[in-house]
Amino acid sequence: MSEDRLDAFRARILERKPLRLRGGGSKDFYGGMHGGEVLETAGHAGIVNYEPTELVITARCGTPLAELESALAARRQCLPCEPPHFGAATVGGAVAAGLSGPRRAAVGSLRDFILGVKLMDGEGRVHRFGGEVMKNVAGFDVSRLIAGSLGTLGLILEVSLKVLPVPPGDASLRFEMPQDKALEALNRWAGQPLPMVANCWQDGVLTLRLAGAQAAVSSACVKLGGESIPEPEALAFWQGLREQATEFFSGEAPLWRLSVPSAVTPLDIPGDQLIEWGGAQRWTRGDADAVRMREIATRAGGHATLFRGGDKSAGVFTPLQPALMEIHRRLKQSFDPYGVFNPGRLYPEF
Amino acid sequence: MNQREHSADVAQDFSGIDRAALIAELAQHLPASSLLHVDEDLKPYECDGLSAYHQLPIAVALPETEAQVVAVLKACAAAGVPIVPRGAGTGLSAGALPHPQGVVLSLAKMKRILHVDPVARVAVVQPGVRNLSISEAAAPLGLYYAPDPSSQIACSIGGNVAENSGGVHCLKYGLTLHNVLRVRAVLMNGTIVEIGNAALDAPGYDLLALAIGSEGMLAVVTEVTVKLVPKPELAQVIMASFDDVMKAGEAVAAVIAAGIIPAGLEMMDKPATAAVEPYVKAGYDLNAAAILLCESDGTAEEVAEEIGRMKAVLETSGATEIRVSASEAERLRFWAGRKAAFPAAGRISPDYYCMDGTIPRKRLGEMLTAITAMEKKYGLRCINVFHAGDGNLHPLILYDANVPGELERTESFGAEILKLSVDLGGTITGEHGVGYEKINSMCDQFGSDELRLFHAVKSAFDPQGLLNPEKGVPTLHRCAEFGRMHVHGGNLKFPELERL
Repeated sequence: MSEDRLDAFRARILERKPLRLRGGGSKDFYGGMHGGEVLETAGHAGIVNYEPTELVITARCGTPLAELESALAARRQCLPCEPPHFGAATVGGAVAAGLSGPRRAAVGSLRDFILGVKLMDGEGRVHRFGGEVMKNVAGFDVSRLIAGSLGTLGLILEVSLKVLPVPPGDASLRFEMPQDKALEALNRWAGQPLPMVANCWQDGVLTLRLAGAQAAVSSACVKLGGESIPEPEALAFWQGLREQATEFFSGEAPLWRLSVPSAVTPLDIPGDQLIEWGGAQRWTRGDADAVRMREIATRAGGHATLFRGGDKSAGVFTPLQPALMEIHRRLKQSFDPYGVFNPGRLYPEF
Repeated sequence: MNQREHSADVAQDFSGIDRAALIAELAQHLPASSLLHVDEDLKPYECDGLSAYHQLPIAVALPETEAQVVAVLKACAAAGVPIVPRGAGTGLSAGALPHPQGVVLSLAKMKRILHVDPVARVAVVQPGVRNLSISEAAAPLGLYYAPDPSSQIACSIGGNVAENSGGVHCLKYGLTLHNVLRVRAVLMNGTIVEIGNAALDAPGYDLLALAIGSEGMLAVVTEVTVKLVPKPELAQVIMASFDDVMKAGEAVAAVIAAGIIPAGLEMMDKPATAAVEPYVKAGYDLNAAAILLCESDGTAEEVAEEIGRMKAVLETSGATEIRVSASEAERLRFWAGRKAAFPAAGRISPDYYCMDGTIPRKRLGEMLTAITAMEKKYGLRCINVFHAGDGNLHPLILYDANVPGELERTESFGAEILKLSVDLGGTITGEHGVGYEKINSMCDQFGSDELRLFHAVKSAFDPQGLLNPEKGVPTLHRCAEFGRMHVHGGNLKFPELERL
């Protein structure tokens, strides 16, 4: 069965015509302009191996992320990097997009949790990189290179991810605070041994999530003060943020994502801002000038992405230094010599 | 000569290099104190931490600045001369073994901490900075750099980046990969590249994931930005004894199953504790078949809660004795024995060989049983220390290099352990790297398709194939020649190559 599906994928790839890889279609909006015929991966689904005491889960690309997460939840484990579902996300799509949710700054990104990848290249060959063990430095770390490559290097067939226990203690707090004070406080708290796992500033309100040992969470709540948020409301808040389902993210206006060093003082950018990751991820809405947004982010030490909507003709990701673009091109050429996978989705050049 | 392209199939031929001309050229760019080329000066660079392999290079360059690194690389690229980058030389896989026709590029003189940012919690350092000195510089701010390989007093951050080093705390705090935000590096052609940045992600492919753990084969690192994390208020360690190694292994799984991620979780078998105790006097239970060290860190309340939970799990799992460190001094003493396992092996045996396989934890019993059988088969003793939390084994094979045949038997013993690690679903190296040492074992773990892609990754950064050649990734010819033709799933691994 599984072999038949791989043969079917291979047959499509060997036609050497541009393909648009698609899992649940939840992130069709994301990335550069791209054409190609759709190759659906949803049929190649299922959890292959889950060993709670080994802290690892392996699933096929088409497995719904929700299915994987409910298997983990049944054993009180989770994917702490909280990749968004945006609807019907699959495991393969989540890894290809490489997006992480509200806890990213504290616990690491999706890439950090990847242990292994099984990949079909542009000539239909199947490769295995990494594996199901925590530490593995044999060969170049190709499995983590695949995270965030937007399907341009190959068809992800299977992924092994590190999982962690659900923290026993969990509480959320709210503070009224202007942006500059919030950034200052977030960076100060992140330098202290506090169990702060997520935070969000918007419209003069800073919301914090604390999680870890019950005793650590309780003592941090006392130390930090603020207004305690009842659990159902708090869970809905963090869920809404992870899925970009809150009012800030609604509507058609273009959504920009600025990834900058956390301690950068308030950025002079048009439109309302929503700040996450202790200051390292800043969102804004509106028809901003792409060149200017990239300049602001680059000057601050980071980069800017046209995340959703807007005019993609100038590319959605910040252009690369020429030497790095050359390395990208050569990598692309090695993994996908006929330019089959998602051409233009990452950069217009390939 | 510089027209030659790096290939996946066969090793390159570097004969015909004009040594005198190269040294004259390098002397144009380096002060006399930064260029070594007489044999007695080269001798200290003939090996790294794995002294079983040694080789004199044609020269050693010790640049003091990035501009000098660029100049050395350009000169060697123009002359088609291999470069072997070297940090502190503490590596355990002969990754810094000189190439007989190559130049060793030591980054030891680039050892300045450029910037410690207390607000952003990052440090920007040169590659020769020692791992421990980053934490020392950050200590007044209540911060530290988390990865702590056993050699942290000596090993450099540049070497840590090359090897993706771990340490005893990496189950909770991650590897080098998880704690480095950016590297600045020079490609073999002299181009300076910035990989990653001071933010949490960078546009494009995650080249940082490739660069970290690349064993000096992709680029030469000249600057590293590392994350600093808050120093936990308190740490405490439990020392638990078991009368059976299998029970100790099951206790490890039980701790994880209880939803606990200890800050450190280590196992030592009886021969290992017997080797270290007379040397370190850590207070280990010498009657135990195995001991576990299980650490908790965090706030005082957090540690009290977690130690209580861990103790309960260990008791249920059949621990015969449990001791909790009562003071920081006692905690450090419990750890001192574990951290001194390698030198202790050196005290009880003329030579030892440290292996580094990783396996799924549940296969530990099978592995230890097999190692016992291998001790008989090869007529050599082996002591076992084990990063139990993440499945990373360090069997130390004891041998005497002066006894004819013992080194060869040791190598076969080691290769068999690595082969079994792969067969049990693991890997030939958890944290020490492939280097020169395990290059043949790579043929056990990967097939020709993966190896070809690894070579292509190298070529994407280093098309001439001059950075640390013949390390890390074997040529397909080598795999065929060394007869690693293990049949996986009924398929011969290198069917397209002729057998010698």
